[in-house]
Amino acid sequence: MTTASSADHPTRRDFLFVATGAVAGVGAVATAWPFISQMNPDAATIAAGAPIEVDLTPIASGQDIKVFWRGKPIYIMNRTKKQVEEAQKVPLKDLPDPQTDQQRTKPGHEQWLVVIGICTHLGCIPIAHEGNYDGFFCPCHGSQYDSSGRIRQGPAPANLPVPPYTFVSDTKIQIG
Amino acid sequence: MSGPSDYQPTNPALRWIERRLPIFGLMHSSFVAYPTPRNLNYWWTFGAILSFMLAMQIATGVILAMHYTPHADLAFKSVELIVRDVNYGWLLRNMHACGASMFFFAVYVHMFRGLYYGSYKEPREVLWILGVIIYLLMMATGFMGYVLPWGQMSFWGATVITNLFSAIPYVGDSIVTLLWGGYAVGNPTLNRFFSLHYLLPFVIAGVVVLHVWALHVAGQNNPDGVDIKTDKDSVPFTPHATIKDFFGVSCFMLLYAWFIFYMPNYLGDADNYIPANPGVTPAHIVPEWYYLPFYAILRSIPNKLFGVVCMFSAILVLVFLPWLDTAKTKSSKYRPLAKQFFWIFVVVCVLLGYLGAQPPEGIYVIAGRILTVMYFAYFLILLPLLSRIEKPRPVPNSIADAVLAKTGGKPTPMVSTVLALMVAGGLVIGSAQNARAEDHGDSPPGNKWSFAGPVGTFDRGALQRGLKVYKEVCSACHGLSYVAFRNLAEPGGPGYSVAQAAAFASDYKVKDGPNDAGEMFERPGRPADYFPSPFPNEQAARAANGGAAPPDLSLITKARSYKRGFPMFIFDVFTQYQEQGPDYVAAVLQGYEEKPPAGFTLPEGSHYNKYFPGHAIKMPKPLSDGQVTYDDGSPATVAQYAKDVTTFLMWTAEPHMEARKRLGLQVFVFLILLAGLLYFTKKKVWATAH
Repeated sequence: MTTASSADHPTRRDFLFVATGAVAGVGAVATAWPFISQMNPDAATIAAGAPIEVDLTPIASGQDIKVFWRGKPIYIMNRTKKQVEEAQKVPLKDLPDPQTDQQRTKPGHEQWLVVIGICTHLGCIPIAHEGNYDGFFCPCHGSQYDSSGRIRQGPAPANLPVPPYTFVSDTKIQIG
Repeated sequence: MSGPSDYQPTNPALRWIERRLPIFGLMHSSFVAYPTPRNLNYWWTFGAILSFMLAMQIATGVILAMHYTPHADLAFKSVELIVRDVNYGWLLRNMHACGASMFFFAVYVHMFRGLYYGSYKEPREVLWILGVIIYLLMMATGFMGYVLPWGQMSFWGATVITNLFSAIPYVGDSIVTLLWGGYAVGNPTLNRFFSLHYLLPFVIAGVVVLHVWALHVAGQNNPDGVDIKTDKDSVPFTPHATIKDFFGVSCFMLLYAWFIFYMPNYLGDADNYIPANPGVTPAHIVPEWYYLPFYAILRSIPNKLFGVVCMFSAILVLVFLPWLDTAKTKSSKYRPLAKQFFWIFVVVCVLLGYLGAQPPEGIYVIAGRILTVMYFAYFLILLPLLSRIEKPRPVPNSIADAVLAKTGGKPTPMVSTVLALMVAGGLVIGSAQNARAEDHGDSPPGNKWSFAGPVGTFDRGALQRGLKVYKEVCSACHGLSYVAFRNLAEPGGPGYSVAQAAAFASDYKVKDGPNDAGEMFERPGRPADYFPSPFPNEQAARAANGGAAPPDLSLITKARSYKRGFPMFIFDVFTQYQEQGPDYVAAVLQGYEEKPPAGFTLPEGSHYNKYFPGHAIKMPKPLSDGQVTYDDGSPATVAQYAKDVTTFLMWTAEPHMEARKRLGLQVFVFLILLAGLLYFTKKKVWATAH
């Protein structure tokens, strides 16, 4: 069994070893994939996260409700005229995360604020109608949001996120 | 530990670790430089195969435990949800369930190898005893694992085996109550079995470490039973044994994959697809195939306590083997008498396995007793006797001499043994299949199913028509609670679009709530909802149907089977016939007869059915010609309805069948390629050694 040429150029033997190693490697990765993929949400969880419809008629002006969608709490607020005007008048330079109120509401339905009630700092649920800005106050580390759910003061870096939603009718929204 | 290595890693970071924890040196001396006898044959790859299977079972098991719920009310459904909803859940479940059988198959080959070659003899007694301990732990783990799905066989198998301990005098009943955590097998039992089933494999892993340690102290035995004397007798473990083990594992994976992808339920029991019912005992309680020989021994002894003692003794006798067989010659290759009796012993074990699955009547009982005596006689009488009187052939001087004497090698004994094993395996496993879904009914006729065979698929038209038959006929009494409306739009199913499935769902009224007033209300169905059951609970179902609750149909084609008979059950292993369930369901639907045959008394309120076990079925004839109008012009006959609805119910029982077979083909092609490459690599690596 001569090995003289193995230093000069790859032999058939080397090719065989590399080929076997490569195929085995591909097999190992392919086998590992189901083990990783199974941790992703399963079909039942995805189905349970389908869009939901919420009826807005029971919510009077100034009131709000909390619904759950995909495991997250969502505030749906029917803001008073005063709250809407205040929110729209805030200059962008005062906002750590600048966004106009119009960017966070649907045209023609400005009194409705729909936000995910999870503080963008470390994930606690802010309390509605609290704080200096007539908005939300997060008790964990003191972040304060205004009546449009935008961060004004405190360690949170971003405004309360707005989930995807549409007005199915004037009194019904579909979240998701 | 026992390797000749003064290994120092070249990398400075690794040297730093090595000085503080010499793990690289340990790995090197144990698995790289370790001197391996150069005459080992492929029976020696089963150690690596077992390690691979243990890792597989632990990996798949830990993953399954992420989705399984160990509560008596939720366990069965959680397993079905894994199979239906979790990404690749069906694959992981099949790997774990078939993996248990493969694990036991490998361990039996490994043990028989040890018996044949005298691997238990001095100085390997502790190695052997550690192996018996591993085997006992495996049996405990396997038993508890089988209880977890909480099917009929899970529950009743648990009841029978835990009741064994009541045979112990005085403290027996207290021990059983302690095991149960209650007055019968129930939720406390399930919970603790889950905890222990998760624990024991890691205990097994620990004992395996001791097992390999003990092995490395003595060195491996070899087919000639002669110790390594010089360097010419051995080769370094890496690359020689490593590549041979890889090749052995890849061939084993082919067998494993065949079960996972093409015969996943063949090694299991149809009854375990029925949720556990403490009020109904299955007609035949049969353990999994790997316990059958011991089950046969247990049932052979008419006395309760003595039967239990004999069953456990059948395993414990292995511990004493090094002191029962004191012959100096290790390998049966050089012991002509011992060799013949060894093969007779293998046949005895296989036959005991076959008998374990038969009903304990008539000739089976007599045969069981004779074989039990033969089993114990082999260890307690024959081997000690042979040690004294046998004249062994002369053993080669060294391994190198033995290898040189073997001109051209002899692969044929291996091939014929493998073939014999396959037939024997077919016999044992097929017989276990046979015992289930007992007789008293005619065998259902075979049908041509579109989904049968390794490349079978569901006929979409049949699925859609079957859904219509279910909706218009069966759903009045039978639920389909494991199927969600969204499943109708999934690939491999009836082929509806997402919108069509949503529309189908909205036709149904589903109970939801409580609303803010605290009341339950009805709303139209959504894709995420499941098919509603016609009755709110089992009692209502019984009351409305003359005392017999109509079973949920989601799993019915996997929960039913019938006795195939000899020799069909052996052929089935090779032809992959696994449509006992659908054939049975279709037969029952068409098997009604107006008048029972002469001499048969039909109980009040029952109907005569040719294929239903006992012939008296409570369900009235559900199908008649013209009952359901098909939109696609298929014949509106009972035969067509039966075929379509059974095809539909096969899909409800296994929605991912097409994905399973498709992935199976890819895996097989890959494994054959890999095995081929590994074979040639092995040959190249060993070219210098031979």
